[in-house]
Amino acid sequence: MSVIKTKKSLLGLVSVLGVFFTGSAWADYALNMPRGVTSLSHEVYGLHMLTFWICVVIGLLVFGVMFWSILHHRKSKGAVAAHFHHNTKAELIWTIIPVIILVSMAVPATKVLINMENVGKPDLTIKVTGYQWRWHYDYVDQGFGFFSNLATKSSDISKLDSGKNPDTDPEYLREVDNPLVVPVHEKIRILTTGADVIHSWWVPDLGWKKDAIPGFVNQSWAKIDKPGVYRGQCAELCGKGHAYMPIVVKAVSQDKYQDWVKKKLAEKKQAAAGVNRQWSKDELMKHGEKVFNSICAACHQQNGQGVAGMFPPLAGGHKFSASQEMVSRLKKRGFYKDGKIVLGPVSEHMDIVLNGITGTPMAAFSKQLNDVQIASVITYERNSFGNDTGDVVQPSDIQKAKKASSGK
Amino acid sequence: MSEAVIHEEHHDHHPTGIKRWLFTTNHKDIGTLYLCFSLLMFFVGGAMALVIRAELFEPGLQFVQPQFFNSMTTLHGLVMIFGAIMPGLVGFANWLIPMMIGAPDMALPRMNNWSFWILPFAFTLLLGTLLMPGGGPAGGWTMYPPLMLQTGDAFPFVIFAVHMMGISSVMGAINIIATIFNMRAPGMTFMRLPLFVWTWVITAFLLIAAMPVLAGAVTMLLTDKFFGTSFFNAAGGGDPVMYQHVFWFFGHPEVYIMILPAFGIISQIIPTFSRKPLFGYESMVYATAAIAFLSFFVWAHHMFTVGMPLVGELFFMYSTMLIAVPTGVKVFNWVATMWKGSMTFETPMLFAVAFVVLFTIGGFSGLMLAMAPADFQYQDTYFVVAHFHYVLVTGSAFAMMGGAYYWLPKWTGHMYDETLGKWHFWLSAISVNVLYFPMHFLGLAGMPRRIPDYNVQFTGWNQVATVGGFIFGFSQLLFVYLVIKCIRGGAKATDNVWEGAHGLEWTLPSPPPYHSFTTPPQVTDATAHS
Repeated sequence: MSVIKTKKSLLGLVSVLGVFFTGSAWADYALNMPRGVTSLSHEVYGLHMLTFWICVVIGLLVFGVMFWSILHHRKSKGAVAAHFHHNTKAELIWTIIPVIILVSMAVPATKVLINMENVGKPDLTIKVTGYQWRWHYDYVDQGFGFFSNLATKSSDISKLDSGKNPDTDPEYLREVDNPLVVPVHEKIRILTTGADVIHSWWVPDLGWKKDAIPGFVNQSWAKIDKPGVYRGQCAELCGKGHAYMPIVVKAVSQDKYQDWVKKKLAEKKQAAAGVNRQWSKDELMKHGEKVFNSICAACHQQNGQGVAGMFPPLAGGHKFSASQEMVSRLKKRGFYKDGKIVLGPVSEHMDIVLNGITGTPMAAFSKQLNDVQIASVITYERNSFGNDTGDVVQPSDIQKAKKASSGK
Repeated sequence: MSEAVIHEEHHDHHPTGIKRWLFTTNHKDIGTLYLCFSLLMFFVGGAMALVIRAELFEPGLQFVQPQFFNSMTTLHGLVMIFGAIMPGLVGFANWLIPMMIGAPDMALPRMNNWSFWILPFAFTLLLGTLLMPGGGPAGGWTMYPPLMLQTGDAFPFVIFAVHMMGISSVMGAINIIATIFNMRAPGMTFMRLPLFVWTWVITAFLLIAAMPVLAGAVTMLLTDKFFGTSFFNAAGGGDPVMYQHVFWFFGHPEVYIMILPAFGIISQIIPTFSRKPLFGYESMVYATAAIAFLSFFVWAHHMFTVGMPLVGELFFMYSTMLIAVPTGVKVFNWVATMWKGSMTFETPMLFAVAFVVLFTIGGFSGLMLAMAPADFQYQDTYFVVAHFHYVLVTGSAFAMMGGAYYWLPKWTGHMYDETLGKWHFWLSAISVNVLYFPMHFLGLAGMPRRIPDYNVQFTGWNQVATVGGFIFGFSQLLFVYLVIKCIRGGAKATDNVWEGAHGLEWTLPSPPPYHSFTTPPQVTDATAHS
């Protein structure tokens, strides 16, 4: 009885392995690694399949012998136990043959590895920086860069009790506001680093992932064969937003890429002009809401209520208790009194957003956001969620605060 | 023998009730405590796993916030490794080593008591952090900085809990080494030791070498957080990757700490039910030693993606692949032991056979992971989760289940319920594959580990895995019922219990006397292991 069951489950296993090669019919029950769209990803896929089939063959042989023995050498069939307990020849054979198999696997693996590490002579260099919880892309040669955040559609659905069905969004948690745009057929060198904790930049179709580590710059490369949109996400645990920092790579023709670069450079010029003018409160509030929802709401929540014990509310008058460390720092800056969150002075507010609070998850945003974004988000925070200070913070105030804090 | 037993009962004064368990210095009582503690932690860690699987049943968040989800994965790892598997294996060591080498007890009985009683305090400290402001630790069981340094009030408690677990393990290891080196019965030479004892000799040395390294790593985390050092802080001139190197220098030997004694258990069970001596005893011993030795030279394969020099990547790839050789020898030896045997399939043997098949599947995915370029795809995905659950659950945990069934009649004096045991086995063996096999597919398709939510494309296999997980989890309640039933009563077990069993523990009555061997038995080639 038991043997029949075992045999059946083994057969099932083999048939599951057999459908490895079937394609899109299994979209929802995908079985294998994507072949990818770079020469490296093809090599990695080949290596993966080679190792897989070697394991299947060894497995079939070893388990085959074992199950044959289980079927035939059983007491109920009248088998009488032999008494041998070693056989030097057999033991030598099953030590040496695996060594030969391993060497035959190591040779191609070494070749692929050497190729992967060959990052020289790139056509284009992009620096990728991991933040909690978004990616920043720097086009080093062209001199512009931008953040890539989880698309708001996904983040709306993703909240606990959002009442929205993730099945309605085929790109749920795999869509961003600003994708990484790259040309096809060019060798792109990708430098990865981290701003706060360790992240890992992974697009399966490129054939590799690389950790983004604070204080380190790692190098990898990719040369994409065909235009398309390739998706991935952070692969190294980086805190509560780990699942919410997708990567979207848009590979386009050389012409389209050049047009896109021109557009990005024009946007950069426009943004620089905004810093020097006075903004109206309405403008700041509108802009601030956008920034708040895409950046700050991850922790402080869209309604400014925070998360009990972890992320303070921004709405004044709300009760909050957290670790001694956090509470004492909030108190010192005038944002905490008698177990409640209170609205502290504007200067401290600017300092917190610009430089973060060490010893807490609050990050420094002076390099993540531009002056207009910081000014508008602070204005928004001080006039929303029931806060009504009427304070208006201008981009020029942020510039002054930056100068003051760098002078310290 | 009967004379010895009478003499025995004469000395047999020990406190009863709670005091017996608090103050006991007896290897069997302490072994029982370890095993019960391990089972309790298995359920605590299992409950956390079910929270994880429930949340992952569908895309979107249904039950828990991401931060709590991360505490669940972190604590599930710490509880299962340090609370379930390691103490479980130490429990087997306590119960069996003195009986297997012909000794009355462990060499250092008071330390034995202490090394157990540290554990409940360590885990109270660890699990208590869930109630603290900021919640439990959520940086993964590997506790990588800088993320781990963002932990709230829980941080120092987690570090001290890990220190305590480490102290407990090192004391346990010292005790095992002292016992095996000094208390073997006359004629019990090293090459006559049962394989379970051999695997524990080697594991104990691994523990002594590895645990202080972990203690050092977490102490540096502690000083980075509270005393202004910058060991792992890049801004202060430190190196966050250094933590990973130090951690995995502990972590890889740790992997073998959890599997070598399991190899030992399997090497006792298979010969018994094949009614044939273990094939290649000597090569088993050498293979175990080789695996342990190699375990100190492969650590960086856990972190291929941090960006190492090419030479480093090649070295760790080759050394890791090399481990397949001694591991293969073990598997071949088990199969050769069954070959031309006269097999029966009581529950212990069923678990042992499942171990050989499923552990080997875990070994295959391990070989795939060893290939550095392919690992750049596999690393940090569900493929890795599938791999280490195959070697730890269907490896270590299945070996312990099999071992429990194998020695329960000896320990309790009663036969367990064979029908229930078979039910437990088949439910576990099938559901565990429904649980973990689809994780290979999820990882290959691109699902990272440690995420509370995912794209709809991953829904199918996640649902299959969750169904398997709940069946597997609840099937284990059957085991608890069976053990309680077996302790309370059942058919009387003979001294030898199993027809094909060999070794000193089977020469003692079932249950064995309080002090195992008061008169050391004389061991000859004929009465040695098999």
